[in-house]
Amino acid sequence: MILMVWQLAVTIASGTLAGVTDGKMPLIAKVATSVSKTAAALSRAAGRGDGSVIGGWIGLKIDPDLLAHLSSGRAVALVSGTNGKTTTTRLTAAAVGVLGRVATNSYGANMPTGHTSALAKEGHTPFAVLETDEHYLAQVIDATRPKVVALLNLSRDQLDRAKEVAMMAQLWKTKLAGHPEIRVVANADDPMVVWAASGSPQVTWFSAGQRWHDDSFVCPESGHPIERAQGEWWCTGCPLRRPRPSWVVEDEGVIDPRGDWHLVKLQLPGRVNIGNAATALAVAAEFGVRPIEALPRLSRVTSIAGRYAQVDRDGRNIRLLLAKNPASWLEAFDMADQAPTLLSINARDPDGLDTSWLWDVDFSPLRTRPVLITGDRAYDLAVRLQVNQVPFRHVLSFDEALRSVPPGRLEVIANYTAFQDIRAELDRVN
Amino acid sequence: MSTEALRIVWIYPDLLSTYGDRGNLLILAHRAAARGIPVETYEVRSDQQMPSTADIYLIGGGEDGPQALASQRLITDGGLHRAVNQGASVLAICAGYQLLGHSFFAKGAKCAGLGLLDLSSDRGVTRAVGELRGDVDARLGLPPLTGFENHGGRTHVGAHAAPLARVTAGVGNDGQTEGAWAGKILGTYSHGPALARNPAIADLLLRWSTGADRLAPLDDSWADRLRGERLAAAGAV
Repeated sequence: MILMVWQLAVTIASGTLAGVTDGKMPLIAKVATSVSKTAAALSRAAGRGDGSVIGGWIGLKIDPDLLAHLSSGRAVALVSGTNGKTTTTRLTAAAVGVLGRVATNSYGANMPTGHTSALAKEGHTPFAVLETDEHYLAQVIDATRPKVVALLNLSRDQLDRAKEVAMMAQLWKTKLAGHPEIRVVANADDPMVVWAASGSPQVTWFSAGQRWHDDSFVCPESGHPIERAQGEWWCTGCPLRRPRPSWVVEDEGVIDPRGDWHLVKLQLPGRVNIGNAATALAVAAEFGVRPIEALPRLSRVTSIAGRYAQVDRDGRNIRLLLAKNPASWLEAFDMADQAPTLLSINARDPDGLDTSWLWDVDFSPLRTRPVLITGDRAYDLAVRLQVNQVPFRHVLSFDEALRSVPPGRLEVIANYTAFQDIRAELDRVN
Repeated sequence: MSTEALRIVWIYPDLLSTYGDRGNLLILAHRAAARGIPVETYEVRSDQQMPSTADIYLIGGGEDGPQALASQRLITDGGLHRAVNQGASVLAICAGYQLLGHSFFAKGAKCAGLGLLDLSSDRGVTRAVGELRGDVDARLGLPPLTGFENHGGRTHVGAHAAPLARVTAGVGNDGQTEGAWAGKILGTYSHGPALARNPAIADLLLRWSTGADRLAPLDDSWADRLRGERLAAAGAV
């Protein structure tokens, strides 16, 4: 398949070089860009995927510096962290869009192949907002020379292969300290993020809350316990403490650095997304966008690669929530209505092969809702729910789940590949 | 602490809780309560004194730095040693398992362990990640062990402890044996919520600490299905 795409792509690319790329790019980068776009289009046409990875993969094979070439001349923002990256990237791209065209990787393809595909596909744009996998942040900073880097949070995720939380924070800290020209927009409520940003001279702090504390009991600087009270936190053994944020979530809105409160009307559920909107406003402000200009654009964002999407089928209104790790499960329970809820768990490669994290989630908020479970690893979840005293019923398929609930809202909370499976059942809803 | 209830201590969750370790505390408390045994659970942080009068102690997995720190503090504190001498049971997982031995490696340096189990650990060439399965020492009378392992250590069990299981899939201590036990102390590389897949080990700890010969059976149909699925998955690799 790949070879076929390659051959076709090279043939087609030879005729379409002139119009698609920046005239200053080296020839090899122009060829790579064109081939990359064509491969992505062919992948989509062949029904093999959304084309968000393969184009970049081929482009980088032809020109290893393609991402750097494609980034040059654009004002770039990178958005990284364990949770909320995809949504915050989408909201940030919408906000920066006030100023002009924005290239963005809106399908969650957040490694260099995805970035390359996204930039190649959009052609020249003055701006780019790129969701960046936390493991690749240092490498992508080198390639894209961003103006702004947004750091959302750091917590445990996919532990059978992910770098441990403190090690990740250290990698971020070292890289950012070596790039004083980058403006950092960082979450004041997460001690790991604050420490990672603490070596940077230009930091704008936002407060979007931290519901998950289990990965930041111990100060990454001194090893002493971290205390928390009334929204503040501080290390008991060194000066590290919560910085004063200039963007703060309050009620259904956000307070900006001038002290003005703005109502945030979103079509996305939950307080978590108000926090994501605050982050997007803070990043956009670094580009000169005012909240009052950005807010109407944020309110038009409906769903992101299926997340929060609502589908009506057989009288049921199905809403899809993605939850990949303990912190995001707590957020999903908060976003979901008191309605029948389907939980689906897989442990395939993209999910991480280990299901231990289920025991870090307190499922008790679901005791008052009818709960159905499914997925490759439903038995792991069954044992967890039994001990958590959450009644549930096991179903073998999404269809069976649908038939088991009365007409009305069905909340679906699933981890990554389980989410994609259900999204495929619903015709790859976006 | 009252004297009637079964007292379970989770050791240093601020340092050693990386992989759903809380699950073992929840499972033991759940299974005791289901038998009508009153339970008190304590989470003892590393800046607190370790009580020596509890019945079961749980120590979990963690990163190198916290592992070394936990070992130092437990040696200085002495509470866990006193508890073991008074007959307490211990379940130790992964990094917690290593630090019960004479020595282990963290961040490239050899560190002193508590010496509660006759074993020592060093670093393997590769990291062991995946399903783990083993036949448990027949003297314990338990069904096969199933777990998920994720560690870079290799552990050598001495003459005064016995391997917990003979490996039939995965790596464990060294590809041959997995975990160790002596008296009422159990250690395993089956990480995180090891008792979720091995409720019989949870009941063994409860029997050790209550003195009961047998416990009322519980509905373990979901755990049995999980065990069947994971034992088969480990065999398939």
